[in-house]
Amino acid sequence: MLLALDTSTSAVAVALLDLDGGLLAQEHVVDPRGTTELLAPLVQRGLAVAGATPADVELVAVGTGPGPFTSLRVGIVTARTFALARSVPVLGVPSHDAIAHEWYLAGGRGPLLVATDARRKEVYASVYAQAAGDESALPWQLTRGPIVSRAVDLPEGERVLPTAGRGPSLYPEALANADGPLDVSAAALGGVALARHRLGLDQPTDPLYLRRPDATPSVPRSAIGAQRQDEQTPGTPSAGPAGATQQ
Amino acid sequence: MTPPTTSTPLVLGIETSCDETGIGIVCGEELLVDAIASSVEEHARFGGVVPEVASRAHLEAMVPTLERACAQAGVRLQDLDGISVTSGPGLAGALMVGVASAKALSVALGIPLYGVNHLASHVAVDIVEHGPLPEPTLAMLVSGGHSSLLLVPDVTHDIRSLGSTIDDAAGEAFDKVARVLGLPFPGGPHVDRAARDGQVVIDFPRGLTTGRDMQRHRFDFSFSGLKTAVSRWVEHQRADGVAISVPDVAASFQEAVVDVLTRKAVLACTEHDVAALQVGGGVAANSRLRAMAQERCDAAGIELRIPRPGLCTDNGAMVASLGAQMMIKGRPASDLSLPADSSMPVTDVQSGLPVHVDHDHAH
Ligand SMILES: [Zn+2]
Repeated sequence: MLLALDTSTSAVAVALLDLDGGLLAQEHVVDPRGTTELLAPLVQRGLAVAGATPADVELVAVGTGPGPFTSLRVGIVTARTFALARSVPVLGVPSHDAIAHEWYLAGGRGPLLVATDARRKEVYASVYAQAAGDESALPWQLTRGPIVSRAVDLPEGERVLPTAGRGPSLYPEALANADGPLDVSAAALGGVALARHRLGLDQPTDPLYLRRPDATPSVPRSAIGAQRQDEQTPGTPSAGPAGATQQ
Repeated sequence: MTPPTTSTPLVLGIETSCDETGIGIVCGEELLVDAIASSVEEHARFGGVVPEVASRAHLEAMVPTLERACAQAGVRLQDLDGISVTSGPGLAGALMVGVASAKALSVALGIPLYGVNHLASHVAVDIVEHGPLPEPTLAMLVSGGHSSLLLVPDVTHDIRSLGSTIDDAAGEAFDKVARVLGLPFPGGPHVDRAARDGQVVIDFPRGLTTGRDMQRHRFDFSFSGLKTAVSRWVEHQRADGVAISVPDVAASFQEAVVDVLTRKAVLACTEHDVAALQVGGGVAANSRLRAMAQERCDAAGIELRIPRPGLCTDNGAMVASLGAQMMIKGRPASDLSLPADSSMPVTDVQSGLPVHVDHDHAH
């Protein structure tokens, strides 16, 4: 049995699949701020719905983003730690691949743009093409991305493509051709992981941050004090811990 | 879920509230391992802890540190009886990595989870060092971010704040004074070392220790005025062309901090009829603080408990120790939906407790 989860879009998504790809349970809650609270209970509920115990999990798959850093980390560390505790492999899947997979399985044809919310008035974008007989045994392949960009700055030829993800609803003037899923489906993500696993492909779980930490030392000490009530040593630099934007 | 009570639960604790990924394993009141991965060097060039850098480092360090802790303790994850984790206070994004990891262990292993307060853990760590805590204990936590006096009737669920700093933390004052004296980071150990060669010759102010302040801020601290006084004194000497003795200034400053801390801690013990004082946090490593606290506790007939320096700073062992106490005392496990709470008050020892409904006192 495969446990699949993704926390890179607005949904906290969990699915359990048998190793042939059959869906056993799916839990999906749209709440981008509740990842830390929701994810573990959803995994537990998914296991119960599938009539399974943690010991039945033979593989874990996780979406590696891109997506809001904090939620993304919660998903990845959950998958890695669960896999460690059960002594099973953990497989990473770029989250946009799961969105594309779902679109092509639902009958999508031709090229696809996936554009998800990157905040700061930008989107995370990937371009896919239909690919019969691709070496990955998947009916599509990634042709560009993922990148982070303002929606209007994407090439015209990409912006007019059928576009999955929440990009079109956020930037309807730049992305007018909304089509397909808004968020990642953990079931689709699990399907991609299983296809690649059967081929023995390497599936790293490194997060796709696409942005370096923004470390402008801008947060005054008093603001940090409210957030950080204790620190560990008299040696911690006291110049006022630098602020970092989360996304 | 209320797990069966046992006297020697095997508990793994996870601490990620700042820039240390700490994993500790205790068996009852015995420490088996205290594994730490630190991202402190990655922050140095920013002049402070950068939350996003810390969070990224926690994610990368989590599984390797868990593996190292288990290997060193000779324990398999499947052998564990419980998991405890720092739920707050701390950096939100950093806390979430630890909390998510702890939940994953709880679900995957089918064992109870305890979301605990970071400050309470600083108190509980002394149990693996010096045995059961007297109840009540008076705890003084002094670090770069906090200076607190806590009355602790029961470290697993009853902690009361008597006072805390109203401006700078004690450790922060050490850092700032170190900079004024041209001593490198970390300030605490360098001031301590310099002071050993100096004499207490300057009478720096003791904040909140006289008159009205002792009424209104009896157990609060203030180190901002002291820090300013040191800066001014050094400036004046230099303006007058007088060479300053760094060891003397360090010794005089340190004496002022330590005097106030120990005086108020011992007063709190006496007034609240508490027979034991426990000191934790990074500043607890200060040699003058240890010596003066010992002197004054001996004079007042108070038992002084200070863990070894490695257990005073942030670590996973302290979180594991508090989790083990909760299991020993039969406290209920936390709910799997427990949050990471960056501003968790010290009086909330545990997070994710079932909502208490008081049927006798309907409003
Ligand atoms: Zn601490």
